[in-house]
Amino acid sequence: MTNEEIIIAGFGGQGVLSMGKILAYSGIMQNLEVSWMPSYGPEMRGGTANVTVILSEERISSPILTSFDTAIILNQQSLDKFETAIKPGGTLLYDPNGISNPPTRTDIKIYSVEATKAAHEKNMAKIFNMIVLGAYLKINPVVDVANVEAGLKKSLPERHHKLIPANLEGLKIGSEIVKKVN
Amino acid sequence: MENNILDQIIKPENCVFKKTRLLTDKPFHYCPGCGHGVIHRITMEVIEELGIEEQTIGVAPVGCAVMAYDYMDIDVQEAAHGRAPAVATGIKRVYPNKYVFTYQGDGDLAAIGTAETMHCCNRGENILIIFVNNGIYGMTGGQMAPTTLEGAKTATCPYGRDVSTMGYPIRITELVAQLPAVRFVTRQSVHTPAAVRKCKNAIKKAMQYQSEGKQGTCIVEVLSNCNSGWKMSPVQANKWMEENTFKYYQPGDIKDNFKLLKSPVIEQQ
Amino acid sequence: MGELRLMKGNEALAEAAIRAGVDAYYGYPITPQSEIMEHLMAENPIKTTGMVVLQAESETASINMVYGAAAAGKKAMTSSSSPGVSLMQEGLSYIAGAELPCVVVNVVRGGPGLGTIQPSQADYFQTVKGGGHGDYKLITLAPASVQEMADFLKLAFDLAFKYRNPAMILSDGVIGQMMEKVELFDYIPRLSDEQVAENCPWATTGKKKGTQRRIITSLNLVPHLQEQFNQHLVEKYKTIQDTEVMCEQLDCEDADYIIVAYGSSARTSMKAVQMAREKGLKAGLLRPQTLWPFPIKQIQSHLSHAKGFLSVEMSAGQMVEDVRLAVNGKVPVEHYGRMGGMIASPADILQALENFKQSIN
Repeated sequence: MTNEEIIIAGFGGQGVLSMGKILAYSGIMQNLEVSWMPSYGPEMRGGTANVTVILSEERISSPILTSFDTAIILNQQSLDKFETAIKPGGTLLYDPNGISNPPTRTDIKIYSVEATKAAHEKNMAKIFNMIVLGAYLKINPVVDVANVEAGLKKSLPERHHKLIPANLEGLKIGSEIVKKVN
Repeated sequence: MENNILDQIIKPENCVFKKTRLLTDKPFHYCPGCGHGVIHRITMEVIEELGIEEQTIGVAPVGCAVMAYDYMDIDVQEAAHGRAPAVATGIKRVYPNKYVFTYQGDGDLAAIGTAETMHCCNRGENILIIFVNNGIYGMTGGQMAPTTLEGAKTATCPYGRDVSTMGYPIRITELVAQLPAVRFVTRQSVHTPAAVRKCKNAIKKAMQYQSEGKQGTCIVEVLSNCNSGWKMSPVQANKWMEENTFKYYQPGDIKDNFKLLKSPVIEQQ
Repeated sequence: MGELRLMKGNEALAEAAIRAGVDAYYGYPITPQSEIMEHLMAENPIKTTGMVVLQAESETASINMVYGAAAAGKKAMTSSSSPGVSLMQEGLSYIAGAELPCVVVNVVRGGPGLGTIQPSQADYFQTVKGGGHGDYKLITLAPASVQEMADFLKLAFDLAFKYRNPAMILSDGVIGQMMEKVELFDYIPRLSDEQVAENCPWATTGKKKGTQRRIITSLNLVPHLQEQFNQHLVEKYKTIQDTEVMCEQLDCEDADYIIVAYGSSARTSMKAVQMAREKGLKAGLLRPQTLWPFPIKQIQSHLSHAKGFLSVEMSAGQMVEDVRLAVNGKVPVEHYGRMGGMIASPADILQALENFKQSIN
């Protein structure tokens, strides 16, 4: 039964909040209950952004959590903050770009995705967050890619629909380059 | 015997004056000689003559005219102190085709309600503001108003208004005249029959402007005496007003159809 | 099934206002609720439903604009956050005194003073105990989800017009800023001027010849008449208390310990109750959806089995006083909460519940 509690964290401008929003919209397309709660408190300081996304087949209780099934981490500060907040047996997905102290836990599954590097190589900085999302959906196909596409169609204004193929390309790249670390 | 004489006199053919049916039969509570009764009457006459009573909503202030609705036989809302222009905005925006006017005194409009006055005028709300300026807080017993003249004595400036500590009497009408969305600004009085006629014409013109396509706020300031607050007889008070108030608050049109008719900037003496 | 969307609570409420056939929104920007006016301005409903959206010069002005439109029978609303709602108290008292229907939304932030922009529930007393001067009550709805932000907007107008009484939607920064799935109800057409005149014969819409004029006022210089009016309000409020209470109860039937919480605190508490049950602690959640009228009888219905009530609020302990009044000394009642924009996590609440249990045993 789907009940996935996710934290996505990184720098402001990395598309953290919008990645969460796309994931949540995809959840709606898959008939799931969803919640999206941006960082809202003293932790907002320091230019980091994070968002808690919950996808569930049941009514969602708290949108605010202190432990997570999955952490998607895009900078060192967020790794320092959230590595310990992953439930035992949970999942950590991170982009090694800029990470000097890699994760050390052994009771969780750890994956890496070189999304910054891939986006840079393909000159597609704007789909960086979709590469990360593609990596996550490869590890845990909590929503179908078809529903991501449907969610994009519903949430984006008509004039931006031309950007959807590039976004889907990002998902594909992410699913291909994600690596298991431990 | 006396009744018989009255019966002989009270006949339709002898009628020389009749109050408009839009004033109720309730006797005014205003002090004898006060301008409010006259201003109420001419406002209601204008509404009757224009035939717009079914489309008119008035907004009453806090001040001596707080119960203006007791005398006006039209739909009226009572506003909190100073808020009448905001209340009128709320009405006019949902009923753009109705006639909306506020009736406010100087403390209401130019002190506690300054922000509401300025911003209502700045948006050019298509309403009429009737602003009765008697230079004093009458209802609360004669305290200093924002419009009290320099040197004038009131309960809260018993030694005369000292502009160095109490500020200058505010010419808010000249201030709002400078706002581009304000359409018609005039200063009138009701201290003589001729002045009453002129004032009524000004109110009528302003009320009619509401029905035209062009949006813009109209403000008719009416200088009035407060003989009991000024501690004078009504006749003395009107004379004092002509000799003193009119020098600082000069009667006449200031702006019409969005065009300034005279400079609203007055050099301080 | 209505249209499904992913929306912030603030946006859902604004969208619901357009769909509920609201005539006018008058507001002033303040964090964390500015999305309400931003959404309305972007949707520009004057072009579609004819709804007016106006940015006022202050909260004082916006509540008085609401007064004007409401007194003329129209569906008018405003929204703000704590410091702005303080400025509106004068207008709210006049609206209550003139018995006008309207809706005011407070997306509460930390206080007192300028406080913080983070979520709080410290305006409970202001909302349900008074706020402005004089004896009056605000019908108070407390949404705990984005769906309820939309649904309660419509419900608040229904209740406001049913009783000619202002209604408050008391929300907080979590519910306003979070996104959830929301099913939007279909558009309800705005009433025509003729329908307004028919539905609201008391409203100042212009005096028709041969009819009595309408006066909207809260002024009464004769004390015994004012007392009569106060008595009328007391009776109205009693009817509302008797008929309009709404609350949700989860796992309360057999609970030893019942958490009472509203808004976002009810969401975190719901998780805490689940965690407690997993550990074998028989906990329940009673979630008032109306804060006034308060679910007194619903709380009392558990006095036969509950060993204690814990009021969980983001405040120094406000609603706890109403829980105590309802419980009337029969079992212990305590408060747990964070303040100033800090949010208690489900784990924090579970810990507080365990501490509460120990303090009783």
